[in-house]
Amino acid sequence: MSGTSIARRRSVIPGFGVTLGISLLWLSLIVLIPLAALFLKTAELSFGQFVDIIGSRRVLHALQLSFGLSFAAALVNLVFGSLIVWALVRYRFPGRKLLDAIVDIPFALPTAVAGIALTNLYAESGWLGGLLAPLGIKVAFTPLGIFVALVFIGLPFVVRTVQPVLEDLEKELEEAAASLGASRWTIARRVVLPSVVPALLTGFALALARAVGEYGSVIFIAGNLPGVSEIAPLLIVIKLQEFRYADATAIAAVMLLASFLLLFVINGLQRWSEARTGRRM
Amino acid sequence: MTVLPYSEYVPHDDALIVRTPARPRLRPRVAVRDDPVWVRYTVIALAVAFLGLFVVVPLINVFAQAFAKGIDIYLAALTDAEALAAIRLTLITAAASILVNGFFGLVAAWAIAKFEFRGKNVLITLIDLPFSVSPVIAGLVFVLLFGLQGLLGPWLAAHDIKIIFAIPGILLATIFVTFPFIVRELIPLMQEQGTEEEEAALSLGASGLWTFIRVTLPNVKWALLYGVLLCNARAMGEYGAVSVVSGHIRGETNTMPLHIETLYEGYQAAPAFAVASLLALLALVTLLAKAVLEKRSAKE
Repeated sequence: MSGTSIARRRSVIPGFGVTLGISLLWLSLIVLIPLAALFLKTAELSFGQFVDIIGSRRVLHALQLSFGLSFAAALVNLVFGSLIVWALVRYRFPGRKLLDAIVDIPFALPTAVAGIALTNLYAESGWLGGLLAPLGIKVAFTPLGIFVALVFIGLPFVVRTVQPVLEDLEKELEEAAASLGASRWTIARRVVLPSVVPALLTGFALALARAVGEYGSVIFIAGNLPGVSEIAPLLIVIKLQEFRYADATAIAAVMLLASFLLLFVINGLQRWSEARTGRRM
Repeated sequence: MTVLPYSEYVPHDDALIVRTPARPRLRPRVAVRDDPVWVRYTVIALAVAFLGLFVVVPLINVFAQAFAKGIDIYLAALTDAEALAAIRLTLITAAASILVNGFFGLVAAWAIAKFEFRGKNVLITLIDLPFSVSPVIAGLVFVLLFGLQGLLGPWLAAHDIKIIFAIPGILLATIFVTFPFIVRELIPLMQEQGTEEEEAALSLGASGLWTFIRVTLPNVKWALLYGVLLCNARAMGEYGAVSVVSGHIRGETNTMPLHIETLYEGYQAAPAFAVASLLALLALVTLLAKAVLEKRSAKE
């Protein structure tokens, strides 16, 4: 079919101008203008003020804590998410469907509910906190508690990104490798792994992006001690409550830039994955 | 020497070949993906243990704590005036988000899926933006726009319009965070379905709107419903964004998640978990409905 006939075919469908116009207007009103307001407010600060705010001990610590713990939690999700995907895709066992459904719970459970449930669970009077206390491990109201909450909310991202790719992986590749004498381990490492690497990285980045901005499930369990267990999103809220809008805005701008950077990386990874596996994610 | 009949000889020989370990590369193809039993059991055990510890136990804990002080406390927590006000506001917020984002979703999906234009991928990325913005920042941007010290704050104050620390702010923040949910479900499906059915209807004289209502809408109904479900679950459960703009006025601007926080911080754990159990139930129902919808759309 030639290009001109496609163009003529398309033009039969009405409403392009109206629908695109409404979409752009609505997108601008709800998303783009509010986000632009953030950068406009940040621009009111001089460079020196901005550096002073971000460079202050409390803010730096909150940012380090948020990004560091999010990275660690996303790594744990990468490892256990891969194990879960492997079990779900490659094995048949009773309760597999249920296990598959359970993976979605952190997506569906409201963050405040997850927050108080985890806090209660890991407090010294809670089921798990009580077991860990004799071992000298404190989870609730410490950075470890933040880590646990971030692992909880990030889990589905890795599983749901990698699962379809592993399902679509063609059997012939592994058979060919096996017929050439490769061991199971070699096949997993040299045939399966390279095919799912882009999906693994995408899942990792998605979990990381979610964890960095996470608020509801973290603040109950964190303890929120400035300089110890205070995450960046909470610090934004605290600065707002103190009417220190400039501080809140500057921290938010840094976090938003980091999210955009991650989004950019994720888009690139998805294109890479599509190119490698020939499927859209 | 006895000569075996051929029929008895051959199976014996076959068995010999199959069992010979010296020629493994001629084995049947099925074994390629079979991991050793110990690997299989270890992986399954780790997956079950991890999900059990990190997901199932916290979920069970919600319901256990909700009923820890007895059914009377549970029911009292749900029928309390402030709880009812919170439930009402949550329902209003969810309904508004579904209506607004549903309308936008259909309109935007029509433009994106049925037409080719430059900058389409940029537009899709922009629609997805709220996914990658921290809920706290989603709330903050509206404070910066409409708050007292915000860009439009003085003008709004002069005209006695309250957005922040009032219901409009809660609606705006919730609509922001649920913005992509419905449209994201519609675009891939509508792209896949192409434009042929619509063209047929149009060529037979149907109007554009009629074509949309009678042809496009029935084709995407399950995806639309699925998007509505996701949007609803997130709208009802949203905490961070709403917390920033709400002002936490009990009985007035507290949604269910905020009411849970108020109770929990006030050392009323059992009532907090009672309200939380409603939201947890909503999450489970959403997942169940998702499973049903997926089965149904796979059948069609």
